[in-house]
Amino acid sequence: MRTVFEWEQPLVELEEKIQELRNCIYDQEVDFSEELTELERKADKLRKSIYERLTPWQRVRMARHPDRPTTLDYIELVFDDFIELHGDRTFGDDKAVVGGIAIFDQEPVTVIGPQKGKDTKENIARNFGLPHPEGYRKALRLMKQAEHFRRPIITLIDVVGAYPGIEAEQRGQGLVIAECIEQMSFLKVPIICVITGEGGSGGALAIGVGDRILMLEHAWYSVISPEMCANILWKDVERASEAAELLKLTPTDLLKFEIIDDIITEPLGGAHRDYEGIGRQVKAFLRRYLSEIRKISVDQLVEQRLKRFRKIGQFQEKQLVEPKHVKLNSEVDDESGGNNE
Amino acid sequence: MLSVFRSKPKFATVRPKAAKSINGKSRDLSDNLWTRCENCSALIYNKELSKNMYVCHKCGFHFRISAVQRLKYVVDEDSFRSVKPLVSKNPLNFPEYPEKIVQCQADTKLDDAILIGEARINGNAAVVGIIDFSFIGGSMGSVVGEQITRGFERGVVRNLPVIIISGGGGGARMQEGIFSLMQMAKTAQAVGKFRQSGLLYISVLTHPTMGGIYASFASLGDIILAEPQALIGFAGPRIVSETTRQKLPKDFQTSEYALQNGMIDTIVTRVEMKDLLGKLLSFHL
Ligand SMILES: [Zn+2]
Repeated sequence: MRTVFEWEQPLVELEEKIQELRNCIYDQEVDFSEELTELERKADKLRKSIYERLTPWQRVRMARHPDRPTTLDYIELVFDDFIELHGDRTFGDDKAVVGGIAIFDQEPVTVIGPQKGKDTKENIARNFGLPHPEGYRKALRLMKQAEHFRRPIITLIDVVGAYPGIEAEQRGQGLVIAECIEQMSFLKVPIICVITGEGGSGGALAIGVGDRILMLEHAWYSVISPEMCANILWKDVERASEAAELLKLTPTDLLKFEIIDDIITEPLGGAHRDYEGIGRQVKAFLRRYLSEIRKISVDQLVEQRLKRFRKIGQFQEKQLVEPKHVKLNSEVDDESGGNNE
Repeated sequence: MLSVFRSKPKFATVRPKAAKSINGKSRDLSDNLWTRCENCSALIYNKELSKNMYVCHKCGFHFRISAVQRLKYVVDEDSFRSVKPLVSKNPLNFPEYPEKIVQCQADTKLDDAILIGEARINGNAAVVGIIDFSFIGGSMGSVVGEQITRGFERGVVRNLPVIIISGGGGGARMQEGIFSLMQMAKTAQAVGKFRQSGLLYISVLTHPTMGGIYASFASLGDIILAEPQALIGFAGPRIVSETTRQKLPKDFQTSEYALQNGMIDTIVTRVEMKDLLGKLLSFHL
């Protein structure tokens, strides 16, 4: 059964009407073609007006659409000859993360991403795409393998967050995320990160440090999920839509903030409506950005990658009230003394 | 010994009440001379509590202290030189965030949730940063991220080891959204660059070190120390119990649990911290 969002309802009704009319034409050989064209024109217009004006919260829900392509779908759509590689060589194989080697434009690349399920059974097997530390360790192992064999890394990110479980904490969830972030930053191979659905906090950033960071049109990326934010602010998860507005988590916001480099537009109505279409889009963007960064020497690439993150942050120097009273024979060159008078 | 304290979710314990009692304004005691231990309920003479670095002499409970207080316990007298102060902006135009900052600045006398500069510890020079929980839960926004990063850069330039003492509730500064998240990458990279210089980084975890702070620079120390009974982890205990619907182990996410699971090097009491830090620094000259 198809999931239909409330804001899609008028469109769905119109589409049903068009279908009815089509059936009518087929059955009765009456000429409704003019009405049909008119209705289709109306549907197109409606589609555009609905999907171009989605609220941040609607986008979050689009990103979570049960039919949305998963990491393995993208691997199938975008790459050839994928060979999945398992395990972290320490503890186990986390099925919430998939990774391996594939061919992209005749060249081998390493592809890694969290993997959600499409139904309950699959979701249980995949732990709803919520990785344990061994999942991140697997990702890191595969990234280092890629560096060793000098193949580019492509991460496909769709994860609400790292799994908040007892064993996950016991095995060092926070520590392994930190290690992933640090080590990914210095890898001497081109890295492209694509946020395909949900970009939930540290669990996403752990595989999100790249030379180019792209985001699908109906994806979100934030330090906290709208529900958790609403829970903290108002103790009310029902107000997640308001929190989604405040968090500025849409690709448009993040492009403006220079956190991401580009937005991959989705087929009208979302990626789930046209797998082939979104596959072609992702492929075209990857091709463009991969060829762009392949031209840069790896040392330069790492330097630029570090610079990119180094400059993120919004702050200002504190205006000191009495600048004449500060400084003086201190050891610290730029000491001001104004920190805690 | 600390079972009463342990059995409760840690987030609900200390906070404003504790802050008040530290200031000697304990509610049920009118003479302001005594503080009741939050763990063992012992009445402690305030002067004695202060002399013992806000550690209960009876049960060893570590009270929450401010960054300024902690600085006194860790560095040599008059040796601290603060770095250039930075103040936060409001990148998302998050409602009431600037007001919150101003309020916290007034309450803590800090510019943001970190106090950082150069100091000496038993004569050994180092860059020392301390996160203050009472400034929006000691969360990491742009200012904390930038100051930590500059701290590591200063360490490289000045050939100094770095000590960061963490203690921030949720880790992320929600009001700065994606900018807060990106500080995790920025600080982790600063540690990575610092590492290449061959200098020592000691990370000290105090109650509580969670979320984005734990999942970035705080986990990346060459040596990781922790105060006893500190809450250390990625996801908060409430989220873990709500998600898993399992009963949490008694000592879940404590320093002792982290030590047992191999996540930290050792546990050090507040009273012994300075001497150990000094010794470690002297081993890495
Ligand atoms: Zn006590």
